[in-house]
Amino acid sequence: MKAKKPTKPKKPTIEIILERYPRHPQHLIGLLQDVQAAFNYISSENLNLICDYVGVPITQAWSIATFYKSFSLEPKGEHEIKVCLGTTCHLKGAERLIEGCERDLHVERGQTTGDQRFTLDTVKCVGACAEAPVVMVDNNYLGQATLISLKDQLKKL
Amino acid sequence: MKKIKDVSEFQELRQTLLAAYDPDQPVARVCLGPGCLALGAEKVSQTFKSALKKKKGSFKVQPLIKATGCHGFCSQGTLVSLAPLDLMYVRVKPEDVPEIVETSLIKGKAVERLLYSDNGTRYKSAAEIPFYRAQQKIVLKNVGVVDPLDIQDAIRSGAYQSMAKALLEMSPDEVLKTVEVSGLRGRGGGGFPTGYKWRRAAENARENPGPAYLIANGEEGDPGAFMDRAIMEGDPHAVIEGMIIGGFAMGAHEGFLYVRHEYPIAIQHLSVALQQARALGLVGKNILGTGFDFELHLHRGAGAYVCGEETAIIASLEGRVGEPVVRPPYPVEEGLWNRPTVINNVETWANVPHIVNMGADSYTNLGVPQSTGTKIFSLVGKVKNSGLVEVPMGISLGTLVEGIGGGVPGQGRFKAVQTGGPSGGIIPYELRDITSEGVKQEPAKAVPDEKKGLSVDFDSMAKTGSIMGGGGMIVMDDHDCVVDLARYFLRFLHEESCGKCLPCRLGLQGMLGFLDNFARGQGTPEDIDALESLGQALVDGSLCGLGRSAPNPVLTSIRYFRDEYLAHIVDHKCPAGVCRDLITYSIDPETCDGCGLCAKHCPEACISGKKKKLFTIDTAACIRCGVCREVCPVDAVLVA
Repeated sequence: MKAKKPTKPKKPTIEIILERYPRHPQHLIGLLQDVQAAFNYISSENLNLICDYVGVPITQAWSIATFYKSFSLEPKGEHEIKVCLGTTCHLKGAERLIEGCERDLHVERGQTTGDQRFTLDTVKCVGACAEAPVVMVDNNYLGQATLISLKDQLKKL
Repeated sequence: MKKIKDVSEFQELRQTLLAAYDPDQPVARVCLGPGCLALGAEKVSQTFKSALKKKKGSFKVQPLIKATGCHGFCSQGTLVSLAPLDLMYVRVKPEDVPEIVETSLIKGKAVERLLYSDNGTRYKSAAEIPFYRAQQKIVLKNVGVVDPLDIQDAIRSGAYQSMAKALLEMSPDEVLKTVEVSGLRGRGGGGFPTGYKWRRAAENARENPGPAYLIANGEEGDPGAFMDRAIMEGDPHAVIEGMIIGGFAMGAHEGFLYVRHEYPIAIQHLSVALQQARALGLVGKNILGTGFDFELHLHRGAGAYVCGEETAIIASLEGRVGEPVVRPPYPVEEGLWNRPTVINNVETWANVPHIVNMGADSYTNLGVPQSTGTKIFSLVGKVKNSGLVEVPMGISLGTLVEGIGGGVPGQGRFKAVQTGGPSGGIIPYELRDITSEGVKQEPAKAVPDEKKGLSVDFDSMAKTGSIMGGGGMIVMDDHDCVVDLARYFLRFLHEESCGKCLPCRLGLQGMLGFLDNFARGQGTPEDIDALESLGQALVDGSLCGLGRSAPNPVLTSIRYFRDEYLAHIVDHKCPAGVCRDLITYSIDPETCDGCGLCAKHCPEACISGKKKKLFTIDTAACIRCGVCREVCPVDAVLVA
């Protein structure tokens, strides 16, 4: 990995995130979302800190963190590949794309490569149906994707 | 920006903005809608800005580059429209931009090669293009026109005028009546009368004093639909304005915008719009000096399809797992924090300012008596002109798919349309010739008659066994398998079912088991009947709308395509060539030009041959992944 990274706003610490919210169970989801956004996953330490802060048992936070799909309890890779499995994407060969990724990256959907470089995931629909099939690589949309165009895109990273 | 104290300051601001507007200033609107973005529209927009810098000094009036929301004609993206020249450029690439700047923005002429052309006709203005001609843009009027990140641009185009009208010239009850008389029905798919819902909430809040809440449902989870995404990204102020008007009508002072996390741009645009509206005092305390307060919060969804269900949204907003609860009590009785709550879809809220503006009577002139107004559809799938369309309710399915959509591309043959996502159905395309009264019209003509054939409105769509739904309309051709699609929806719902009630949790699993078998060519014809009765059990026994509507895709596909099910089970064939266990791949010796791309990309290395000679597939080793078919430049890979 090369040390060429764009300057990002400084990562907030868990303390700073907690202070954004009043101590009330109502803010459990918001806190989990902020922690997920800042650290790309929710570590068990942070989960405990959040529970203590808003005053809910760990089981409740656990059930929320596993019910909603945007939360991950494991670290994600440096880049996220999300293959859209919306209806139009399905009709236009999304399954072929995800299988191709699984073969090339030697992981299954939902998993991260051994070198922590890529996480392969699916998404239910990104709402860019007219350009199906669509793949999101980090925050970029790749429309009318083929295995070849997707490989090219990944090479550029 | 300074806070606006009263309505005269607001109108003054608008007049100043209108006066500052130069009609001769060249404006290029670059579509950054969902489709164009996926085709690299951001690069086009950036290139415009840098090209303008390079040409600094060559303009009489410095042009304005606007990054806007969706223009609609997604299959022709990236779209760029120019004013005042009234030109629409299609398939614009970054390398086309310098020519557009030189020819159009400086010299005021059209770049002919970038105009849309079809059957030898070139179209200059968007309004002339067949795709746009039959549309009627009311809710989408400002989407693709205004800069969604600039409230001044929105105000110039009329944003918050309806709010001013409601707050200053109407009583809450008058607003309520207007919405009732307008006949507006929930655009999320259910089609529940909005005015009735509002009335109930207002009454409940009065009888049981305390706060009432409003929620905009932006958890657009139906796959294959992006109407709400386009509204939230392209004209966020319309949603905010609609909710403030609703708050005034119902005596509610707090609202929540609940947006799914898969829509980061919608969240960003709404957040900016909200900030700007608050800075101007259009949201918050004492709006326009009327003494009316309305606070609005933006809430990101956390990723759960079931949170499109209203009681699940409430659970999620309260910080709980999004599990639906039994109704009654309905949210208008006991909703968020047990207070009366109105939950409307984003598109429904966005209709409200237009209803207040044009009046209920004019609004009812749009559409058909029981389904008034317009509806936005995402017309996608195997259709030539795919994109976002807004049409009056009651338009015929034929006009929508063949007229606006332009028919199936290539050699395909129309087979079916899927509406309403996982809660909707798969209806055969032949139904387009059946009117709502069940009378068969003469076969479709080249240009379908707008008034004839299946009417696209809430009630006619429900009669087919499908639903109108949120607006996803996915066109299928003869290469799409209905068994596979029904199985796809079941898998989707099985994963998204919250698991609270048994019929949905186990019923979906059981139904999926049948479909998995069918896709492998297994099962008996009796299984189809068993599947139907299991589906009916879900309809009757599930707790919430997700479970109750979950069997729709299966039940409608059996109703209309039983033969295709039988082909899988009895003949062990997938007529569309989709279900993997029932197909074989081969290479057509007539067409193959021996390029060898298939062999190069075959993951199983089961294609052999010599360059410039015929290649062949080892069927025994083939996993039917379809990669060879995707890469073949001459379409020589056959599926049977």
